[in-house]
Amino acid sequence: MIFCIIAGLQFENSCEIGVFSKLTNAYCLVAIGGSENFYSTFEAELSGIIPVIKTSIGGTRIIGRLCAGNKNGLLLPHTTTDQELQHLRNSLPDSVVVQRIDERLSALGNCIACNDHVALTHTDLDKETEEMIADVLGVEVFRQTIAGNILVGSYCAISNTGGLVHPHTSIEDLDELSTLLQVPLVAGTVNRGSEVIAAGLTVNDWTAFTGSDTTATELTVIENVFKLREAQPTAIVDEMRKSLIDSYV
Amino acid sequence: MHISSSLLSFFCLGLICLLPAMAQEMGMFTVHHTIGNVLCCKCGISMQPNAANMCANCLRSEIDITEGLQKHVIICHCPECDSYLQPPRTWIKAQLESKELLTFCVKRLKNLNKVRLVQAEFIWTEPHSKRIKVKLKVQKEVLHGAILEQAYTVEYVIQDQMCESCTRVQANPDQWVAAVQLRQHVSHRRTFFYLEQLILKHDAAARAIMIKQMDQGIDLFFSNRSHAVKFVEFIGKVVPSRSRNDKQLVSHDPKSNNYNYKYTFSVEISPVCREDLICLPPKVSNSLGNLGPLVICTKVSNHIALLDPFTLRNCFLDAEQYWRASFKSLLSSRQLVEYIVLDIEAVSSEVNIGGSKYALADAQVARISDFGKNDTIFNVRTHLGHLLNPGDYALGYDLYAANSNDSELDKYKGFVLPDVILVKKSYEEKWQKKRGKPRSWKLKSLNMEIDDNAAKGRDHEEKMNSEYEQFLRDLEENPDLRFNISLYRNKEYQPSEMASVTDGDDAPSVPLEELLADLDLSEEEADNDSMRE
Repeated sequence: MIFCIIAGLQFENSCEIGVFSKLTNAYCLVAIGGSENFYSTFEAELSGIIPVIKTSIGGTRIIGRLCAGNKNGLLLPHTTTDQELQHLRNSLPDSVVVQRIDERLSALGNCIACNDHVALTHTDLDKETEEMIADVLGVEVFRQTIAGNILVGSYCAISNTGGLVHPHTSIEDLDELSTLLQVPLVAGTVNRGSEVIAAGLTVNDWTAFTGSDTTATELTVIENVFKLREAQPTAIVDEMRKSLIDSYV
Repeated sequence: MHISSSLLSFFCLGLICLLPAMAQEMGMFTVHHTIGNVLCCKCGISMQPNAANMCANCLRSEIDITEGLQKHVIICHCPECDSYLQPPRTWIKAQLESKELLTFCVKRLKNLNKVRLVQAEFIWTEPHSKRIKVKLKVQKEVLHGAILEQAYTVEYVIQDQMCESCTRVQANPDQWVAAVQLRQHVSHRRTFFYLEQLILKHDAAARAIMIKQMDQGIDLFFSNRSHAVKFVEFIGKVVPSRSRNDKQLVSHDPKSNNYNYKYTFSVEISPVCREDLICLPPKVSNSLGNLGPLVICTKVSNHIALLDPFTLRNCFLDAEQYWRASFKSLLSSRQLVEYIVLDIEAVSSEVNIGGSKYALADAQVARISDFGKNDTIFNVRTHLGHLLNPGDYALGYDLYAANSNDSELDKYKGFVLPDVILVKKSYEEKWQKKRGKPRSWKLKSLNMEIDDNAAKGRDHEEKMNSEYEQFLRDLEENPDLRFNISLYRNKEYQPSEMASVTDGDDAPSVPLEELLADLDLSEEEADNDSMRE
């Protein structure tokens, strides 16, 4: 498996690639109707590992902000059409549960931030929604804010190895959140100082995509916290070991 | 600014209310927040997070808030009067490094309203370098609410260009655009002495380029028509006058529709003066309720006050009323004859008319010139009963001897002229005593040129001097005449001991408290300079 970071992505001249895509460990959703270049960047990186699916949600292209998901499941807002729901069910692996939920706050991507084990949610979500998140995504749910912002999904990006949060997050909040998530967190920015982390960065355990405005410093921070670079040597050693064992055998 | 647009879109869809720091406002328990450091997104230096999430240095290198602001400006400066051109046409006088110049310099900058000006100061430059440098500190909001402050220098290049008035002065200092010809058709200059003081007090002729003393009047020249108009209006407020104006085309430029005119204002002041004897035309007399017809003019300001000395009736005529049916005086103050009062008998008690006191009395008077020669005695009624005592001298019009050829007088058929009309008490004897002694006060005078045609040698000069002396005496006698003008303390005057022991019935003089100390700056400065040396 390749651990890498893809920087310099743009969707129709916008650096907010997290708005137009959704990346998890089991699948990747890309907005339909964008340039082929945007789609092909994902396809080139992820093909053969996880499915890259073009879709719209509720007829819009801002799919990253409307849906929430991890390797276990995908939550869709009530605005999702039956056709889209069917398309996603057909395209996604069988292990992924696709569920449309009846939640007043329809921008689920802004309200829910999750990795494969824990989800942080908007404080005003319905009780039913909370249960649904726990069931479908198979995660523990915590109602939280990040640096005073209730849109937890917008202001952080988390994977199973690390997380990047709003730059104004206090040290106490960082400690609390990383205790909940059981991953190291760091406050930082993307897209040359933008604090809307999830809009400029989409990440899973081995890949991260960032907007084209992201600077080298920000990339270094992202690399370090998501352990994208340091994972690589072990992967090489693993491969070497395999071949060594092969040769031994 | 893609961020804001896309942010907006997903905020709207979220239908989520953002209420930051709600818990703190409600006084709930709050966790202490330690703001951690983040890395500057450009250079990676550790810093406190801010709105742009960029350190100040990077922000400064990234964004130049002085972009689009002027760094080089050309300003026009008049080397003659040291003033600067504020377009389109105003010239502002300012010294180098002065507050005014700084204001002017900052005002000349365009686009400065897009930033907030925090500080401005001069950077010293060589005065002859024709450069002014101003250091400005500006603030502006950049990138999602971060406020950046930046200092920059503006260089002003001074271009010399003479201002309009200096050009005119250089070309021909006497060039005038508007002239005011002030005239009063009487044989004396009393009115103009008085007007001169009024003009000085109100500084009405400050804009005049030249003032010329003419026969029967004054000419004033102005560089601007509006200055002349203002002066004419001033004259209209202080004396009953009427004016007409004319213009003469000097040059014109039909291509740009420019016309240059010379304007002339002819102002005529009513020939009626204080103390004049007037025979009112029948029409005027009727309209004033059969006043007179013989009346004395007691006061002239922007209206004329008339008094009937036989009945103590008075009336006021304003300029408009006067010019509607203008009249001349029958006899003027130059024709006053001195009388001695032999006896006086009060007819009525003292009454107050228009601010001054009068009392009717029957007087027995004789001409001074006749005194001791013949026994011609006149019995007259006079309004000066409160002033005159037997033995006093009084001035009056000798109608008995006067050869009047007034057309108005002829219209009154069967009107019997009185022999004498007394006008004022005479202080001639007292003046005789005082002759040659300096006054404790003095007047300023306008810087007037004397018209060549008007001056006629020593004779004329003597006449002027005696008239001026008469005017000064009038001032001393009449407090209400002094009321409008400024008297200054005479520094050379030393009160003599003789004067202090004189009897109470002295010639009237100006009390010391009415005088103004003359502020003579030039002298004082000269003193200071010498002290410094």
